[in-house]
Amino acid sequence: MISRGKRTGPSWRRREVVAGYAFLLPNFLGFLAFVSLPVLFSLTLSFFEWDILTAPHFAGLRNYGKLLADAKFWYYLYNTVVLMLAIPLQMAASLGLAILLDKKLRGVVFFRTIYFLPSITAGVAIYLLWMWIYNPSFGLVNYALSWFRIVGPRWLEDPAWSKPALIIMSLWAQMGGVNMILYLAALQNIPPGLYEAAAVDGVNAWQRFRHITLPLLGPTTFFILTTNLIRGFQGGFEMAYIMTQGGPAGSTTTVSYYLFQNAFEWGYMGYASAIAWVLFALVFGVTMINWKWGGRKIAY
Amino acid sequence: MDRHTTGFRIGWYTVNVLIGATMIGPFLWMLLTAVKDAGSVFVFPPELLPRRWEWSNFASVWEAVPFGLFYLNSLFVGIAVTCGQVTTSALAAYAFARLEFPGRDKLFFGYLATMMIPQAVIMIPVFIVLRSLGWIDTYKALILPSIFTAYGTFMLRQFFMSIPRDLEDAARVDGCGPVRILRNVVLPVSKPAIVTLAILTFMATWRSFMWPRIVIHTIEKSTLPIGLQAFQTLHETEYTLLMAGSVMAVIPVIVVFVLGQRAFVKGILLGAVKG
Repeated sequence: MISRGKRTGPSWRRREVVAGYAFLLPNFLGFLAFVSLPVLFSLTLSFFEWDILTAPHFAGLRNYGKLLADAKFWYYLYNTVVLMLAIPLQMAASLGLAILLDKKLRGVVFFRTIYFLPSITAGVAIYLLWMWIYNPSFGLVNYALSWFRIVGPRWLEDPAWSKPALIIMSLWAQMGGVNMILYLAALQNIPPGLYEAAAVDGVNAWQRFRHITLPLLGPTTFFILTTNLIRGFQGGFEMAYIMTQGGPAGSTTTVSYYLFQNAFEWGYMGYASAIAWVLFALVFGVTMINWKWGGRKIAY
Repeated sequence: MDRHTTGFRIGWYTVNVLIGATMIGPFLWMLLTAVKDAGSVFVFPPELLPRRWEWSNFASVWEAVPFGLFYLNSLFVGIAVTCGQVTTSALAAYAFARLEFPGRDKLFFGYLATMMIPQAVIMIPVFIVLRSLGWIDTYKALILPSIFTAYGTFMLRQFFMSIPRDLEDAARVDGCGPVRILRNVVLPVSKPAIVTLAILTFMATWRSFMWPRIVIHTIEKSTLPIGLQAFQTLHETEYTLLMAGSVMAVIPVIVVFVLGQRAFVKGILLGAVKG
């Protein structure tokens, strides 16, 4: 009871308020400078035409209008969405690997480490490696295909194959990554009693997976899908910048790459800001749909 | 509960070894290419082992670009961002989790609302501001904007909220103020969450590519990813050298991961606990 009195006492109250603001201050100032104000600045910027060298011109909605009529933008948005086909493939593969590793056998930790390596090392080095692996004349992939008397495509140099090449690479790089760890943890959280009850009822392995495992993994699947979709819309810059420079014929340029080019290569700051806000609208819209749809499913 | 038949075991190990080989194979190919001589990689069919082991490829990379400097830059920037982020996030998170002051919940909602905003929205204005301050091509431009994320604050707040209040109340009765409670009571029991945030922040900074590419223009200030990319533009098709550089970039990450694996996996799971 004494503690109650002390906690709400006037001197503690004042100290608490002062400490609250003081603790928050460093983070809040940084947040204001590098997050909140830039967001407002960016929104303003999207209504201007500005090359940062000369004076900005007010453009009203012109940037957005231009964007809607920009065939390149729509093509790059299409590229982004096609590359996002890697997401369901990765999720299925991650779940498969997690089920494989959800066993009490020697070597589980060893294999988990091995599967995780590609995702932990992902970045410039791995993209350089895959450029070499996809080399049409001397690369490993086409060599392996030659065993089956298949003449491999020119992969990153062929507009028809460049996106599949990047999807395959992402699948390799991400299937054993964070998502696998999340699925593995979720699988280990399922009470074994549920499976035992199902075994008594004579349920087969597929039914068990379909009606017990999958529904119980719902929240994890929802979390992975949401975060991956958000990242997917913003993604694709780094691998395209290293491996293909967005080509061939723009076939691997994503929205974020186009934004980078507009802002930092061509100096269209206003136009690039408009692209950024359309990107935000897309991310926001998809997340909302996902929430509505996912939120209902998870109630079961 | 798991009773596995011998047949199951053989099948299980076979499948895992096959998948494992798919995962490791490309890394081995990277290593083997890195020690071949330049001429012998452009042959078909590819040769598995080098004709002669060209260890000097690593020295060539080191001579072509200041690779040691890239490590140091990445390490410095990574540590600076991590320290900055953990300190400011912990303070703010404690204020949001436990201290009562006017406007607290509105401010917290404001933080949360920005989590959905893509990095791309913020990048352009921050670049313009840094440019007008003359900070382009400085470490400041690499470090400062990366410190402040709603994510770090949010994650630590969730963790602090899960700590039983009794501990703090007892310290309060003993006459401790908020600073001492945070330092002596809350932080010691929050070590797992702090370590997690530190690891995630450091890794994200270490591999960060787009932002360093935008604000850094000289090779001497390059971090590892953009240094390696600069090296790529110098030696476009010399795959032996490119792979040697890649091997050097990847090895520290693999070593750190294998050593700190447990903390890392725990970190992923903690980081995923959202609202």
